[in-house]
Amino acid sequence: MNIIDRRLNPQGKSLANRQRFLRRAKEQVVKAVRDASGKRGIQDIENGEKVTIAAGGVREPSFHRASQGGVRDYVVPGNKEYVEGDTIQRPDGGGGGRGSEGSADGEGEDEFRFVLSRDEFLDIFLEDLELPDLVKQKVKQSESHTLTRAGYSVSGSPANLNLVRTMRNSLSRRIALKRPKRDEIRELEEMLREAEEAGEDATQIQALREQLEHIVLRSRRIPFIDPIDVRYNRFESVPKPIAQAVMFCLMDVSGSMTEHMKDLAKRFFMLLYLFLRRRYRSVDIVFIRHTHEAKEVDEETFFYSTETGGTVVSTALEEMQKVVQERYPDSEWNIYAAQASDGDNMSSDNAKSATLLRDVILPMCQYFAYIEVAAEHNMGLSALGRETELWRTYKQVQSPERPLAMRRVRSRREIFPVFRELFAREKAGA
Amino acid sequence: MTAVITKPDALLYDGVEWDYDKIKRVYDAVEHIALKEMGLDVYPNQIEVITAEQMLDAYSSIGMPLMYKHWSFGKHFARDEMMYRKGYRGLAYEIVINSSPCISYIMEENTMTMQTLVIAHAAFGHNHFFKNNQLFQQWTDAQGILDYLEFAKTYIAHCEERYGHAAVERVLDAAHALMSQGVHKYPKKRSDLRTEQRRERERQEYQDQTFNDLWRTVPKTAAGPRPAKSVSERKKLLGLPEENILYFLEKKAPRLEHWQRELLRIVRHISQYFYPQKQTKVMNEGCATYVHYQIMSRLHETGQISEGAFLEFLHSHTSVVFQPEFDDKRYSGLNPYAVGFAMMQDIARIAEKPTDEDRQWFPDLAGRGDGMAAVREAWANFRDESFILQYLSPHLMRKLKLFSVRDDAEDPYLLVDHIHNERGYRDIRKKLARQYDLGYLEPDIQIVDVDLAGDRKLILQHRVTNGVLLDESDAKAVLRHIANLWGYEVQLIEVSAISEAILKEHAVTAPSGIGVV
Repeated sequence: MNIIDRRLNPQGKSLANRQRFLRRAKEQVVKAVRDASGKRGIQDIENGEKVTIAAGGVREPSFHRASQGGVRDYVVPGNKEYVEGDTIQRPDGGGGGRGSEGSADGEGEDEFRFVLSRDEFLDIFLEDLELPDLVKQKVKQSESHTLTRAGYSVSGSPANLNLVRTMRNSLSRRIALKRPKRDEIRELEEMLREAEEAGEDATQIQALREQLEHIVLRSRRIPFIDPIDVRYNRFESVPKPIAQAVMFCLMDVSGSMTEHMKDLAKRFFMLLYLFLRRRYRSVDIVFIRHTHEAKEVDEETFFYSTETGGTVVSTALEEMQKVVQERYPDSEWNIYAAQASDGDNMSSDNAKSATLLRDVILPMCQYFAYIEVAAEHNMGLSALGRETELWRTYKQVQSPERPLAMRRVRSRREIFPVFRELFAREKAGA
Repeated sequence: MTAVITKPDALLYDGVEWDYDKIKRVYDAVEHIALKEMGLDVYPNQIEVITAEQMLDAYSSIGMPLMYKHWSFGKHFARDEMMYRKGYRGLAYEIVINSSPCISYIMEENTMTMQTLVIAHAAFGHNHFFKNNQLFQQWTDAQGILDYLEFAKTYIAHCEERYGHAAVERVLDAAHALMSQGVHKYPKKRSDLRTEQRRERERQEYQDQTFNDLWRTVPKTAAGPRPAKSVSERKKLLGLPEENILYFLEKKAPRLEHWQRELLRIVRHISQYFYPQKQTKVMNEGCATYVHYQIMSRLHETGQISEGAFLEFLHSHTSVVFQPEFDDKRYSGLNPYAVGFAMMQDIARIAEKPTDEDRQWFPDLAGRGDGMAAVREAWANFRDESFILQYLSPHLMRKLKLFSVRDDAEDPYLLVDHIHNERGYRDIRKKLARQYDLGYLEPDIQIVDVDLAGDRKLILQHRVTNGVLLDESDAKAVLRHIANLWGYEVQLIEVSAISEAILKEHAVTAPSGIGVV
């Protein structure tokens, strides 16, 4: 009997099958993920998801009998009261007491449930999205290095000894210098011994002995492994490029912004954050909220504390400019900004905001997304074409070569589509 | 009370933790009982310790240690994993593979008692059955299966690389759909090379002898459209009717590439390999359960395992052989472990301590003594259907309170037509046996005709028994798969086996993509 411990065998043997399965069920999984992401809360957006898909696409059909019709016989255990000729009420679900086979008839499709891992979920969730302008991939201070293989060297630590190379060199040297093989020596010894036993004449024995001495000496002089054979793996430390990004969240928190609007904004920021996280090793977030004056705050304050006052958008832009100058030089950081607002602005501020955006903010940004959130119930107004102050202002700035995108969002449902629209891959081609 | 504490050193192990030394000791003790006392005959054993995740892996690839890649295995894994993680379903304690050496997987979570049970159950019970049952001897090649799977895996990976995932997947999907129609139910005559050569030589000689040059001068009929061969001639040429659809497609489908035929062949071989297992569920599990029960009891009798361990064993044994009654919520058909185990015990009982009724029903078996030998004989020579037909005793039918129900879709009620009494025994036994007869369980579908010189339409026939038709949407989907492989129109006709009347027709047109499947 053999006992083999397989526990340390590579895990995830079925990964390839799983990928094939996901590819197969792609359409349905994507749909399920979209539905799920609409429902779930912000905090757990990154967790895996149990998805349910219609079994249709991944059904494995086979010839089998229908579950209804015809005459069937069953033998079942546990008779208590029946005698021959008794009749029994037909149980629901067909199949005369064989519960397991009973499936819904007609086109009723079974559902298939399984759990997506976090990565799979996000992959599908953020599929086909592309970050605009990934150019600024700066090498940060050389604090992070990786070792990469860089050929072989003649010196190094024993741990890095490259056995294959070493032995190859050794072999070729031994062949080149004609080092006698062990078999040859053994053969000669054998011959000598036989000659001695057979008592052949002395000169012949002498000749053999000399020959043997000669090759033994030679094999001693030419070592099996010589220091010049030895090779070590060489590693070079290479500074690792760190693509870093900073994401500015700008939001109007004046009284006109309702909780609903803030929630919409938060969802959008959340998506953007997730998305950046997948592209960049490290993503910083800066929260700037503004009323008639702007302030950099932490996340909690940003979303949950209320503030009163007027609305001056340019203050937020100025604050952002200040922060960039202080901490995030645009030569080293990829800067993304998302602004959420209900579109109110003091009319005297419009011109200033436009200039600021056009001349200062946009040139240093990779992408600037403006999301106008509206209360769910007054959707009619903007649909009728009434454009808000800020919308009109930004619209003047917008031009194909500027990385500015603007969208309106009214309900939670729209967040994801709008987000997709903003980052859809075709954007890069445009 | 006079509890006798057995000497601790007689125990093979103590406590729940297992280690390799204990397993080795237990294995030797179990082996001694199995081979010396029970007279079992097994392949060499290989026991592999795996984790729960690996067990799930093994589940998804139908229990085989290596398997080619296909999405359906990923699907099963995803479902099993969810069921397991949510706690809807536990994992099997072991999986055993019919190969030589016989590989049994045991899980690391098991207690030492469970490992003992698993070794007795799988490494000796199943192993003996695999090696000795005539079905397995006839159909499966225990030595070669792992090598074959290795070949299949590499070959399919190679095809995927060369022809693309999608192309391979299409063929495999189609082949999987036809898996249960990919089995030779009767062994082919094994033609050895020498007979073949001799026949060829004889044929040649006959031609030489009967050669007559005059035939050359006989005027030929004017070259025209060849007269259509008669239907029977055509069928004979193609070897029709043929129930092994995969085999037919592999050999005769006009548009398949060589590698596609090879894929069909691989799936067909694997299906064939599992064919005996499908036919011997009750016997196989019954055999393994009976063996582990005997071995564990013996270990207990000889004081090699503790009372606690024996109780733990009894607990899991009874839950394995538990048979819920039909009106129980847990009822989901007859439990093959329960039926199998009960029948094995019953056979041993009849052989050793028969009643008058047994003498009347089993004149050859009753009272012959040596129950173990009687049971071994049954294991070697039967499959589920014939086993039940041969050995199910009235005693057991009464014990299980079996009764048979007739479900006629035309009637509003189910009819109890036989119960476990003098009038019913034989009928119940016959019906139960049929419930395990694959030939009866699986629809009888055959390829009946194709006109290779004409429109090449492939015609299949389902001979309907008891008026139960095929599930329509699935049948259609499978037909589409067949059409993909065949390359032309495919038609399935359901005819009544009794009156030959056509009950229903399904047809699928030729796939539009010409050339490649």
